[in-house]
Amino acid sequence: MNDHPTRRSVVLGTLVACASVTGAAAGDEDDPRKEKRPQKGDLLVFSEGERAGQTITPDDLKVGEPPVHAWPKDAANAIVRDGSRLNEVLLVRLDPNELDEDTRPRAAGGIVAYSAICSHAGCPVTAWIKATEGNDEVFKCMCHNSEYDPRRGAQVVFGPAPRRLAALPLVIKDGALVIAAPFIGKVGGQQG
Amino acid sequence: MTITSKTIKQWLLSSTVAFTCVAAQTALAGPIENYSPVTPARLENPEPGNWMLYRRTYDGQGYSPLDQINTTNVKNMVPVWTFATGVIEGHEAPPLVNNGVMFITTPMGQVIALNAKTGDQYWRYKRELPEDLFQLHPTNRGVGLWQDKLYLATTDDHLVALDAKTGKVLWDKKVQDYKKGQYLTLMPLIVDGKVIVGGSGGEFGVRGYVVAYDAEDGKELWRTFTIPGEGEPGHDTWSGDDWKSGGGSAWMTGTYDTDTKTVYWGVGNAAPWPGGLHPGDNLYTSSVIALDPATGKIKTHFQYHQNDSWDWDEVDAPMLVDLQRDGRSFKSLIHPGRDAIFWVLERTPERINYVNGWTFVHTDVWKGIEPETGRPIVDPAHKPTLGKRVDFCPSLWGGKDWPSAAYSQKTRFVYVPANENFCGGFTGEKLPLVPGQLWLGTKAEDIGLTVRPGADHFGELQAWDPASGKKVWSHNFPKSQLFGSVTATAGDLVLVGGTNDRMFRAFHAKTGELLWEQKTNSGIMGMPVAYEVDGTQYIAVQSGWGVDAQRIQDALAKGNTGLEDNVPQGGVVWVFAVKK
Repeated sequence: MNDHPTRRSVVLGTLVACASVTGAAAGDEDDPRKEKRPQKGDLLVFSEGERAGQTITPDDLKVGEPPVHAWPKDAANAIVRDGSRLNEVLLVRLDPNELDEDTRPRAAGGIVAYSAICSHAGCPVTAWIKATEGNDEVFKCMCHNSEYDPRRGAQVVFGPAPRRLAALPLVIKDGALVIAAPFIGKVGGQQG
Repeated sequence: MTITSKTIKQWLLSSTVAFTCVAAQTALAGPIENYSPVTPARLENPEPGNWMLYRRTYDGQGYSPLDQINTTNVKNMVPVWTFATGVIEGHEAPPLVNNGVMFITTPMGQVIALNAKTGDQYWRYKRELPEDLFQLHPTNRGVGLWQDKLYLATTDDHLVALDAKTGKVLWDKKVQDYKKGQYLTLMPLIVDGKVIVGGSGGEFGVRGYVVAYDAEDGKELWRTFTIPGEGEPGHDTWSGDDWKSGGGSAWMTGTYDTDTKTVYWGVGNAAPWPGGLHPGDNLYTSSVIALDPATGKIKTHFQYHQNDSWDWDEVDAPMLVDLQRDGRSFKSLIHPGRDAIFWVLERTPERINYVNGWTFVHTDVWKGIEPETGRPIVDPAHKPTLGKRVDFCPSLWGGKDWPSAAYSQKTRFVYVPANENFCGGFTGEKLPLVPGQLWLGTKAEDIGLTVRPGADHFGELQAWDPASGKKVWSHNFPKSQLFGSVTATAGDLVLVGGTNDRMFRAFHAKTGELLWEQKTNSGIMGMPVAYEVDGTQYIAVQSGWGVDAQRIQDALAKGNTGLEDNVPQGGVVWVFAVKK
């Protein structure tokens, strides 16, 4: 039989699991908090490269530089939420004047954050290159060439993707880059 | 984005042109009654009116003996029904037909049972795919048929058995872990009650395999890795631990010699792409392996090219054809390769011997072929390496990618969906392997597709005499790639889609004359089939553009070719017959 759990059973299972791991060691590979989507108050850490695992500060991002790939981190419990690839985030700093009305309130000092998972077939969005149609640099999924403009809420500007990337509101608090609210929009590829 | 509305609009336009009953899209055909069990005898010798294996017969020829639709009357061929799948991306599966019942598969793991005469739906199965699935190739190439069951291989790496009459799930087996880049897109090969599949994932650093399950209960019977492990023959063609992540995916359906009980299975590229990252010949990547279906034991093999560095999967299984050449008859394997070489091999129960090979599109990679061994001689100037951009022709999609060629038993010609005048290139780079992430050995954004200066066409439908090695005719497509499988019929027709103008075409098998064409809703990547119900012959194909046909179109649109990136997506089954 189909052994994929339903959404309801996953939620229920997660709740039960959460209750049962209250005393689990922080960072345990099976800790369900690692799979939980980014939460308000989470910090962000590098997900790749030499600084993988280190906390990202606003100064790590400069206008004109390519995006940084990040995981959310539950700072209070020292839990990096890398248990699901759906939690990976793209961070890029843009000129605040280039951001549209929907994007500006979600940005912090021109830094915007989006899901790194393409809404078409669920591939990772890895490239930052000049748009196929236009001169701005945009996010690009190299699997099937979908492009997203982070200045306009990661709207699809090229390719087969059916919808924009989920956005993650940010705020700078006490000098730290902090997640201000959960994802806005659906995370992940289309299923049918 | 407006993909959905665009697709619907396109479908409506197409439906208006065709004399299609829109109401039929929602009609139900009722339960399937008197379903014909698919027996070993029926698979070995299928009725002329049925299409129950990937290429209709185990020999992989893609040939239908039906001739009611032929060179004389094909001009009167018209659509008789269509069926919108409601799914986007690449619809690559043949519409399979078993005594009046048609089975369609779509991307995202759907199976649809239809009345092959009326187009009315019996049932639909929808796979519930995991939300974190990474689908590099969102497609499927068909369900295997056995007795009263169907077998679906899914992109989340499961093998699912369905009741052919109801679509109900009978069993579901995890084949490998999709989170590690393992997935399945092929139509399972059914041999003597065994469901045989091979895994995808050559771009994720997997170690490829072919695996067989018991058709009744899904019990795993054997699993053969395409890269030999320690102590196995061929292991010494690898260096260090490269074999553990060396690719060799096996993502296309094999062919089967019923006399010698040998399965021939094509094996994919080595990983990561630059050969310098996996020195050695790298058996059995870019090879055909001969398997004993009872045990999975590798009987013998032939490697088309060594130390693959171009992403040239040779997964399309060779056709089994009895040939006459130089005054003798022999049992051949024919494989127009992604590596641009048209391979003619001899198969015996013990060995595969090189007979002849020639390039069928322009290539700068090969200086020649060693006549005794069939080993191609590489020009190192066009072999990708580390730290330097290297260009090569043809492109990484090769002279012919996975879409199948066909062999006509009447003309004795092989029909090849080739791509000419494309080149590619990339800069090799050593990158760490992260399970579940792309591992190409280059940056994905560095991969290029270029057009040779002065090129006057891209796609080329070619007819070859495999005995003499002579090209008999070709039809060029000046403004399109050719990315769809070919089917031949006893009506001396060669059927193919594959172009960005959304056309489905019929050519004269002997002369190459274009006899008929029909614009469809989308581009056609699917395999055409011929079948018969109640004495009437039909031609069927799925139109639904996506995956690599789309990738090539994207590259062409960016490459100053004057082409636009405007091929609509969305799957539709088209069925044609001659207007009476």
